Amino acid sequence: MKRVFFLILTALAFVVPVGGQSIEEVNFEELSPLLRQNNDTTYVVNFWATWCKPCVEEMPHFLELASELKDEKVKFIFVSLDFPTQKESRLLPFIEKYEMDERVILLNDPNSNEWIEKVSPDWSGAIPATLVYRKESSSFHESSLSKEELLTIIKSMTL
Amino acid sequence: MKKLMMSLAVVFFAVAATGQGYAPGDEARDFRLKNVDDGLVSLADYPDAKGFIVIFTTNHCPYAVAYEDRIIALDKKFKEMGYPVVAINPNDPEAYPADSFENMKVRAEEKGFTFPYLFDETQEVAKTYGATRTPHVYLVNKEAGKLIVRYIGAIDDNYQDASAVKEKYVAGAIASLEAGEPVYPKETKAIGCSIKWK
Repeated sequence: MKRVFFLILTALAFVVPVGGQSIEEVNFEELSPLLRQNNDTTYVVNFWATWCKPCVEEMPHFLELASELKDEKVKFIFVSLDFPTQKESRLLPFIEKYEMDERVILLNDPNSNEWIEKVSPDWSGAIPATLVYRKESSSFHESSLSKEELLTIIKSMTL
Repeated sequence: MKKLMMSLAVVFFAVAATGQGYAPGDEARDFRLKNVDDGLVSLADYPDAKGFIVIFTTNHCPYAVAYEDRIIALDKKFKEMGYPVVAINPNDPEAYPADSFENMKVRAEEKGFTFPYLFDETQEVAKTYGATRTPHVYLVNKEAGKLIVRYIGAIDDNYQDASAVKEKYVAGAIASLEAGEPVYPKETKAIGCSIKWK
């Protein structure tokens, strides 16, 4: 009986997503409105993937700042470039492990030549890459950022 | 002062990320790098080649891995036409042990690479060319004894699925060279793993 119960649990584990989480999967056209919201909030849009080592290394800086600035008009959007086939096996467990309750979106749009330029003409396509914007002001960085660097960039949006 | 240091740091990162590098039409430099067979390879070793598909790639990067079979196919198809593939790993193995010279040998053997897989240990070639990510392709054409960069960018327009590719950028650029037409495309962008500089 115990064994049957265990089997059922195992079966359930494959059916139910990790921690009951789900994640929004979009193409670039669906993502783009989030890159130009015109209000008095500063948006930090980080392009990353679980397989990208420097992205994973800088993630704690972003999450710490997100938590410290949660009462400010600053919003974080994490755009994952993980392979859609690895959503369940890699992305969801990562989100759970890092307690990323900030907004994570999976960008599934393989023809990246069509949209990299639209995020920023300064972007070659390497990740991590971060776009910080508020209204018409924006700042794009194709590099890892320290917590201090990111904070300086966010502050510069409201100067 | 601290703020100034910070601004300098930000500027430094920006420069390191974009670098200078080549644009289509620039003359490319030859190099002499260690191959996985322990020999040294330079473009001058191929007097009969019409040009080269120089690809900066790595072992560890999932985007590069997704393209491995397509890189082998490119070499098989275009070597006969005079444009062999020359692959170069520019990554810092301290940061990515998977990209060490020893592991390059293992990968080349496992996948049966039909082309040289060179180690850019000092990262000078990648910096000179302006590679920022892997995979990053430079199609170089021999013109009047010079090596001229004719295309920079991705292999095709779908890293996820070779069978869903609509446009083969490298093949297209070579076809226009062969036809004596203006090269199209000249430059494309693609998501890739950033090269870890020493």
